[in-house]
Amino acid sequence: MNKQSNTYTLIYIIVLVALVGTGLAFTSMSLRDRQQQNIAAEKMRQILASVHIVPDKGQVISDFDKYITEQYIVDAAGNRVEGDAFDVDVAKQVALPAAERRMPVFECTLADGSRKYILAAYGAGLWGPIWGYVSVDADASTVYGAYFGHQGETPGLGAEIEKPAFSDQFQGKQMFKDGRFLPVEVVKAGQKPAGDNDYVDGISGGTVTSKGVSAMLDNCLTSYSEYLNKIRS
Amino acid sequence: MTMAEKTSNKTVLFNPFSKNNPVIVQILGICSELAVTAKLEPAIVMGMSVIAVLAFSNVIISLIRNTIPNSIRIIVQLVVVAGLVIIVSELLKAYAYEVSLQLSVFIGLIITNCILMGRLEAFAMANKPWPSFLDGIGNGIGYTIILVIVAFFRELLGSGTLMGYQVVPQSFYDAGYVNNGLMILPPMALVVVACIIWVHRSINKDLQED
Repeated sequence: MNKQSNTYTLIYIIVLVALVGTGLAFTSMSLRDRQQQNIAAEKMRQILASVHIVPDKGQVISDFDKYITEQYIVDAAGNRVEGDAFDVDVAKQVALPAAERRMPVFECTLADGSRKYILAAYGAGLWGPIWGYVSVDADASTVYGAYFGHQGETPGLGAEIEKPAFSDQFQGKQMFKDGRFLPVEVVKAGQKPAGDNDYVDGISGGTVTSKGVSAMLDNCLTSYSEYLNKIRS
Repeated sequence: MTMAEKTSNKTVLFNPFSKNNPVIVQILGICSELAVTAKLEPAIVMGMSVIAVLAFSNVIISLIRNTIPNSIRIIVQLVVVAGLVIIVSELLKAYAYEVSLQLSVFIGLIITNCILMGRLEAFAMANKPWPSFLDGIGNGIGYTIILVIVAFFRELLGSGTLMGYQVVPQSFYDAGYVNNGLMILPPMALVVVACIIWVHRSINKDLQED
């Protein structure tokens, strides 16, 4: 058969693509369960990181079950609604108008018996999405810890938001002042925010990412303000 | 196996380490050299992935080289490479999730790594599977060597760490030493590669051009 003919070329490429496609579909199907487990475990690790718990390798799921004692969804008015908090797609909720959002809450009981509320956030960095979990003390105002994640911020610059050196700054910050809800802001080192908000230093060289974290906290934590108010009263 | 074949297989495997290195002599694959060398660990995983993809795509292309219609040979090469890269990426997501998070898009970008297309076109299309396999391994290692050297200097000077461990002692920082933030930025990878080429050409005088 003439290997340079159009018919041969056409058949060749169809067969090749069919073979490669089958191979890829098979790989994807056979690895999916493992990948989903990894993704869920990674999410659990991040949630635990916001309350300063770093599980040993392979202990993520058991530690999550041990410390996260309750999880539920709250609406913009601060009422609990039906559903599984772990499966809430925060990215989708954040895209909705503030009044329609259903945000997840994870209640954590630490080894010393103290209770923390873990709130979720999602926003935009410089290159792609960023997200985070912020834990607050039982007074629903003092930040206990935070974790921030990102998809593709610049290593050494914007990506530093992932490091404890950045997220540990949030500990002890107040989100309520004289009954008003004021989310923690991220500002350039040495500067102060315009409002009365508590603030932390941004990352030098990661200005856009730092501002993204600030905007994300403002946008997402505000959805929890009514819920936090209810705990306070 | 004849004597001539033995030496040629050896050359095929070892030449790309230095004399015919894909990065510093053939000047291929510079783009990914910029992207993944800010830290040592992703550089090593990237190197391993490139070795695997390069070796297997070389073998596959070599096996089917006589059946490929000439007019679509680049497309066929791309389909094979893309398929392998996706498999590597899926495997990493399933068995080395944290590493796959670090490398994120760069694994996908192996498809566009010029070394792959270069080797497939220049070697696998004209040689038997076994030499093609060795050529893939050799060039993959040659690429990885440079990747690791560049990442070593960038992580050490840019972050003061190696593989994530602090190596520059705290007393240096107390005495006023500051990490060179410039090393983290992609252009410095080019400068480091250029320095490696400079040293390499000074040692191997026969590679120098007028």
